[in-house]
Amino acid sequence: MNSEITVNVCLGTGGIAAGSEMVMEEFRKEFETAGVKNAKFGDRCKIHKVGCRGFCARDVLVDVSVGDKTWTYQYIQPEMVKRIVKDHVLGRQPITEWLVGDDYHTFHDNQKKVILGDLGKIDPESIEEYVAVAGYTAARKALTQMTPAEIIETMKKSGLRGRGGAGFPTGLKWSFCAANESDDRYIICNADEGDPGAFMDRSVVEGNPHAVLEGMIIGAYAIGATHGYVYIRAEYPLAVNRLNMALEQAKEKGFLGKKLFGTSFDFDIKVKLGAGAFVCGEETALIASIEGERGMPRAKPPFPANKGLWGKPTIINNVETLANIPAIINRGAEWFASIGSEKSKGTKVIALTGKIRNTGLIEIPMGTPLKDIIFNIGGGIEGDKLFKAVQTGGPSGGCIPQQHIDLPVDYEGLKSVGSMMGSGGMVVLDETDCMVNISKFFLEFTQAESCGKCVPCRIGTKRLLEILTRITEGNGRKGDIELLQELAEDVRDSSLCGLGMSAPNPVLSTLKYFRHEYEAHINQKKCPAKVCNKLLTFFIREDMCVGCGMCAKACSVAAITGEKKKPHHIDSSLCIKCGSCFDACKFSAVLKE
Amino acid sequence: MIHLTIDDKSIEVPAGTTVLEAARQLDIDIPTLCYDSRLKPYGACRLCIVEIAGFPKPVTSCTTPAADNMVVRTNSALLHRLRKTTIELLLSDHPNDCMVCVRSGDCTLQELAYLYDVRENRFSGGMRDHNRPDANPFIQRDQNKCVMCGLCVRVCEEVQGVGAIGYSNRGFEAKVCPPFEKDLNCEFCGQCVSVCPTGALSGKMWAGQPRQEGVKLTDSTCTYCGCGCNITLHSHGDRLIRVSSKKTSHNRGWLCVKGRFGYDFVNRGDRLTTPLIRREKGGALEPASWDEAVQFVVTRMAGIKEKHGPDALAGLASARCTNEENYLFQKFFRSVIGTNNIDHCARY
Ligand SMILES: Cc1cc2nc3c(=O)[nH]c(=O)nc-3n(C[C@H](O)[C@H](O)[C@H](O)COP(=O)(O)O)c2cc1C
Ligand code: SF4
Ligand code: SF4
Ligand code: SF4
Ligand code: FES
Repeated sequence: MNSEITVNVCLGTGGIAAGSEMVMEEFRKEFETAGVKNAKFGDRCKIHKVGCRGFCARDVLVDVSVGDKTWTYQYIQPEMVKRIVKDHVLGRQPITEWLVGDDYHTFHDNQKKVILGDLGKIDPESIEEYVAVAGYTAARKALTQMTPAEIIETMKKSGLRGRGGAGFPTGLKWSFCAANESDDRYIICNADEGDPGAFMDRSVVEGNPHAVLEGMIIGAYAIGATHGYVYIRAEYPLAVNRLNMALEQAKEKGFLGKKLFGTSFDFDIKVKLGAGAFVCGEETALIASIEGERGMPRAKPPFPANKGLWGKPTIINNVETLANIPAIINRGAEWFASIGSEKSKGTKVIALTGKIRNTGLIEIPMGTPLKDIIFNIGGGIEGDKLFKAVQTGGPSGGCIPQQHIDLPVDYEGLKSVGSMMGSGGMVVLDETDCMVNISKFFLEFTQAESCGKCVPCRIGTKRLLEILTRITEGNGRKGDIELLQELAEDVRDSSLCGLGMSAPNPVLSTLKYFRHEYEAHINQKKCPAKVCNKLLTFFIREDMCVGCGMCAKACSVAAITGEKKKPHHIDSSLCIKCGSCFDACKFSAVLKE
Repeated sequence: MIHLTIDDKSIEVPAGTTVLEAARQLDIDIPTLCYDSRLKPYGACRLCIVEIAGFPKPVTSCTTPAADNMVVRTNSALLHRLRKTTIELLLSDHPNDCMVCVRSGDCTLQELAYLYDVRENRFSGGMRDHNRPDANPFIQRDQNKCVMCGLCVRVCEEVQGVGAIGYSNRGFEAKVCPPFEKDLNCEFCGQCVSVCPTGALSGKMWAGQPRQEGVKLTDSTCTYCGCGCNITLHSHGDRLIRVSSKKTSHNRGWLCVKGRFGYDFVNRGDRLTTPLIRREKGGALEPASWDEAVQFVVTRMAGIKEKHGPDALAGLASARCTNEENYLFQKFFRSVIGTNNIDHCARY
């Protein structure tokens, strides 16, 4: 039974954060000492690094494959490696208590992986492995067997729409760009991904960078661009690293550079690092940034497809959009169009986070009901709390309440309830989340990330935040709800770019579906979810308090008194409602009401 | 040509004309704060919004090119509401000191506040504080009054080609400043001052001088150089208190540091007002009439030429003269005096 053994270790950002580099090192060491590598199995036993497969909450994830059978381990730490090698690799006895459970399979089995399929399987740092899964065959086919017009037609037929936010049909955008008379054109991959909580594009670039490059090559050929840029944020060092590695490898293989695939087509890609401004993901600001200007959006028209980088026709596509392209070329427009809903084709990668059991990166066919994502793939709400809402589309999106739980997740569906697809962030909220506080959280982000160019966004988001802040602090005034509504609409309707236009969405959608929470804060000075400290009274339950004094130590205004080992007491006239005692008490004796 | 209708009036404009420009040709008033016909459109103030049939939401007329058969509305309840909110937002972050502001009576923001009747402010809240001393000799920067229209940054870049100022910070705290927030150190042409719609930029020497009441405006020509920029002199009583230039002038309102800010000599008591002649060797310079002065020059030059020949004379022309004057000057030296000893200060 000398079958081939492979150990796959997740080396995505989530895996690395959970310690996968050490786990990998440990495997290497154990293999050395056990003599597995040389003596027993020779080259037939290998340790293999792979990208993120999505279930980051269970990292470090390790697959042990023997022959064609695979076991997946979760929560692996370096000290566990020894036993895996001894029992499983050498002894062929899987350690059942460390293996993933059924929920791992429900998580994956309910997904459809077009983009993420090869993540978690191939080594993102090896072009050979990408080539081995039919990598660069689509580019070869496109360049050698198809005309640019045919490619654009294929994109149109596939129904592919931009994954960067607005959902604009990709083929149509390419045809606009190609139609311009120009001596030069550019294609840009938007890998700026600045939404808090989003890590879709990052994982794709980290886990399968060649797919993105291949998409760019095909796009460049279709629109007639000879230069491309990948605009990627500098805070993604692993992604930048693997991207640069991939570029080098592709150049060496002749997939980038001069006369690609024996044709007369030349194409080269440069990496441009973004300095971490959310607004630089907006296409005109991104262009300004590449040009060396401050990243501030420009008025449209002219649209980049007509007049973009350095004034030349330019296509900007999202990472995920581009990663779809090789699959469409290889498998055909009809195949792609058969996935998804009527107007939204294909799949969508979603970063599923918040109060949900299975957080991570998932990929679903467009049109999958919200319910299935949250309760099947996501495994339901953490701690069996009650579902309250789901926030989609990042800071520009809205909150969708229980009543719309059957909503199909696609561009139209999300829009119809006042939210949006955005780049695909999904934050699940439960009964312990305060909706006023949630919209305040997002406004804090957007107002800090506004570029400051236009008045409604620069000052309007600040004023929205001020009003929300005073409501959560118990200083809400009569008329504040109406004022919020009016100002939010005005900012939405008069801002220059998508940031300002969508920044009020969290406010508008929570006002629509959770108005009663605003009213409770303003009229009764109560926070129903018990989140807004300033509206709560802190007290200590005598029967639970052991008198350890931790709360008194944590209190910065000495509002808590009590003898050692006797129940303590909070003087509410001194309490500033910071909540430190609540966090400090290990016996849950501090309550808030 | 493109045909479009604005507020039920139809007009024909060349391709490339913006909706705002077309409306102005029809004398339709659309409020603007960040627009200047001499600069590229910027679209930041959001006041010039209009509704165009078929467009899902209002668009800025300063950045939208006119298109065939467009039907444009420049006024509606929605537009009024959005504009008023924008003005109210601007004022919610603006010092309330028009009484003592150098631009009072000549400020676009003040005018808009009045036209849109913004009295109480629904949005009053935190305000920026970006004011800091700037030791430069000419330009007063009062950044708390800045509306971020970007006109100064654009004029400095697009017209002056200097790029001495730019933006820093994000969001509410965004501001205009020189690199590294140092003192302004540039050509001091004051182009930025001339386009600023508020009191954020002004001439340091304007402070405390009359603003409107009793100020007389006189169109004139700058005497500093041969370009002859058109200027407007602001005087009060017998004092010159400011120099400006009109957009409609041949110099399009642009001046240099001397023309714009170098006027204080006019008010000086020791300024030369007549020619001076030293009548005796070693004697003092004494006031003379122009006739006497010219006669004096003619006599002395004729004497030198007669005694020592024409090459004993030389002429040095000035850049303050026009081309025509300089031409005549060299002609005079070559043909009348008979020497090629002629030169010009600009050669050095
Ligand atoms: C404030 C703001 C931030 C954005 N950030 C991103 C981003 O991080 N990544 C992205 O692909 N698109 C982002 N977009 C959308 C882009 O402007 C653009 O529409 C997109 O990259 C086009 O690619 P697509 O057609 O493939 O979706 C952002 C838009 C706005 C208004
Ligand atoms: S909407 Fe906000 S981010 Fe966009 S241009 Fe205006 S100020 Fe800048
Ligand atoms: S004075 Fe002239 S050079 Fe200086 S900042 Fe203003 S426009 Fe620029
Ligand atoms: S200083 Fe004046 S011209 Fe410059 S941005 Fe501010 S308001 Fe506009
Ligand atoms: S004048 Fe058009 S946006 Fe300011």
